[in-house]
Amino acid sequence: MSEPAQTQKAAGPKPRPLSPHLQVYKPQLTSVMSITHRATGYALSIGLVMLTWMLLALASGPAAYETFLSFAGSGVGQLLLFGWSLALFYHLCNGVRHLLWDMGYLFKIEKAYKAGYIVLLFTVILTAYFWWSVSV
Amino acid sequence: MKLKWEDDGTFKSPLSRARGLGSAGGAVTHWWHQRLTSVANLLLMLWLVCAAAQMPGWSYDVVAGWLAQPINAVLMLLSVISVFYHAALGCQVIAEDYIHHEGLKIFKLGGIRLFFLATGVTCVFSILKIAFTG
Ligand code: HEM
Ligand code: HEM
Repeated sequence: MSEPAQTQKAAGPKPRPLSPHLQVYKPQLTSVMSITHRATGYALSIGLVMLTWMLLALASGPAAYETFLSFAGSGVGQLLLFGWSLALFYHLCNGVRHLLWDMGYLFKIEKAYKAGYIVLLFTVILTAYFWWSVSV
Repeated sequence: MKLKWEDDGTFKSPLSRARGLGSAGGAVTHWWHQRLTSVANLLLMLWLVCAAAQMPGWSYDVVAGWLAQPINAVLMLLSVISVFYHAALGCQVIAEDYIHHEGLKIFKLGGIRLFFLATGVTCVFSILKIAFTG
């Protein structure tokens, strides 16, 4: 029991590698984009409540739909819709990056980074183009 | 009572008896369904975004009239089914990663399924009602 720590360590199994300690691990484009894919997927899932509300309101008739529209048109509603569209375009573009990985492409570090920048670029372009063309 | 992995006299091979019982417990199917719905989501969401961008205003008559068109109703149904299933699978993975208490996790996974089933059915019913009566 009172063995010195030194010998205990030498006798024990080789320590296993630890996962990166988030507080001291430098954020990188790849890791930040990875967790953002998860965050946007989660946010999109919660946002489906608003889609459900819209469809149910449409099915219930003009009065219920008016209530929905007045929320969707309010400041908070517009902010939520904008956020949902931004999350969707990011998740959609990065989803393609994920599917390419699943097919065995983009494993070289430079390629993973390059594709990451392309995803960010397309996210901005698609979101801007969407809000430019949609009638609000 | 015979347990699932015991010989139940149905001449199942050891492999077929073991299916779904491994540590993976159906994870490959889960993974594969997540990819299938990803590809479906990609196409369907591009359609939906284009449709939304071209919607001439958002009044009741315009939107209900749009959704009453058979092609739009069908694509909307497919979108809802694919997206809600994909979301349920995805949220399950997130919950499995972050909730370490076994009982809480099972409760949580049940809640996630019920949530997406309930909202998904609400959407499907609403689309059908508009499509058939609108
Ligand atoms: C509104 C629609 C969508 C919702 C609600 C949604 C939701 C989610 C959620 C919650 C996850 C789990 C995230 C994780 O495990 O970290 C996920 C993963 C994923 N999504 Fe989506 N998603 C949507 C649309 C799309 C689209 C359009 C694509 C197109 C390519 C896509 C591709 C993927 C992929 C590939 C994964 C797996 C990523 C991985 O391996 O970790 N999703 N999604
Ligand atoms: C049915 C209603 C729901 C209830 C009562 C509920 C309740 C909870 C509670 C109490 C926790 C904390 C667990 C913990 O501290 O370990 C939690 C975590 C979580 N919930 Fe829900 N939830 C519900 C619906 C949902 C839905 C619909 C989703 C997915 C869209 C979801 C996704 C998650 C995830 C991913 C976590 C883990 C995140 C974390 O631990 O910080 N929940 N939920």
